[in-house]
Amino acid sequence: MPFKRYVEVGRVALVNYGKEYGKLVVIVDVVDQNRALVDAPDMIRCQMNFKRLSLTDIKINIRRSPKKSILIKAMEEADVKNKWENSSWGRKLIVQKRRASLNDFDRFKLMLAKIKRAGLIRRELAELKKGTAA
Amino acid sequence: MYSASTVFICGRERAKTRVCRSVESEMAPEKEKKKPRVTRNPELIKGIRKYSKSKMYHKRGLWAIKEKNGGAFPHHEGKPAEPKPEEKPPKFYPADDVKKPLKNKKKHKPTKLRDTITPGTVLILLAGRFMGKRVVFLKQLPSGLLLITGPFRINGVPLRRVSQAYVIATSTKVDISEVNVEKFEDKYFSKKSDKKKNKKDANEFFDAEKPEKQKFPQEKKDDQKTVDAALIKSIESVPDLKAYLGARFSLKDGMKPHELVF
Repeated sequence: MPFKRYVEVGRVALVNYGKEYGKLVVIVDVVDQNRALVDAPDMIRCQMNFKRLSLTDIKINIRRSPKKSILIKAMEEADVKNKWENSSWGRKLIVQKRRASLNDFDRFKLMLAKIKRAGLIRRELAELKKGTAA
Repeated sequence: MYSASTVFICGRERAKTRVCRSVESEMAPEKEKKKPRVTRNPELIKGIRKYSKSKMYHKRGLWAIKEKNGGAFPHHEGKPAEPKPEEKPPKFYPADDVKKPLKNKKKHKPTKLRDTITPGTVLILLAGRFMGKRVVFLKQLPSGLLLITGPFRINGVPLRRVSQAYVIATSTKVDISEVNVEKFEDKYFSKKSDKKKNKKDANEFFDAEKPEKQKFPQEKKDDQKTVDAALIKSIESVPDLKAYLGARFSLKDGMKPHELVF
């Protein structure tokens, strides 16, 4: 029951509300009980309410309020991008985005692929059943 | 309430414009070489120019034109009026005054084609007999309607006209460069009316009216075949596209049209 992900300088979080929705940001300082100063390589540092952030497992090694260049260097050393894209949460988000951007033709091809796959599985299963029955 | 000076100006203005027009018509053959006349009287604020009337008189050299012409503006006689054809008094005067409707000289442009619809786009028909069918767009006709084809062999949709409003444009495009659609216009699709046959006797009227079923003209079938031949070749070069065009579109569970990317 203890907490595992803490709000601390260097914690990577996902923005879940607002203009920066879906971005990964780093908590760079804490303003007060409700707000944090937040920064990312492609945005201007700003304050955000904790309610707008979803904390991730990833943490980077920075001091309070680092310069942008130092922040970028630290993010690359910790390999935030790859860690995120390989984590199950990150992979789920990528799949969601891919599904949402599918063309009508892509959706059709997906349906054909699903049917084919299901057919193969069912055939295998049928053979296995025949094997055990015999 | 008009002061004497303004009246004086009005008269002068009229004379000036008359002069200008006649001077310009004299110079007409040389106009091709001449640059368009730009006024040297800049507008300071809307309605107020920099130089006064008298200043512009001097700037434009109207005094020189007058001097050249012996103290007055050159006056050109207008063209002699053409003799008007004799109007005969009408034979019939209607009892009441009938209002004539105003002439409508509007020329309609074909409907603006959506940016997403280009020749070769796969469209989804939303209404009518072929509702849900995926179809290839060929070109926009002068009436504004879209010319589409199934192709006929793939999904049974012939060469047809469809309104842009009843269509979803997908982002899938088919290569249409080999197809020649120049001969198709709105007249190709008009119904042939046999109005002369409508005059019936009483007997014919009471007989079971069987309109002769008109056979589908062979040349339309041939047109369909030629258009489709090139199309089907380019469709078969893309995997699964033929099956895609053969299938109908429908909304399934969980599909939100406003979130779908077409």
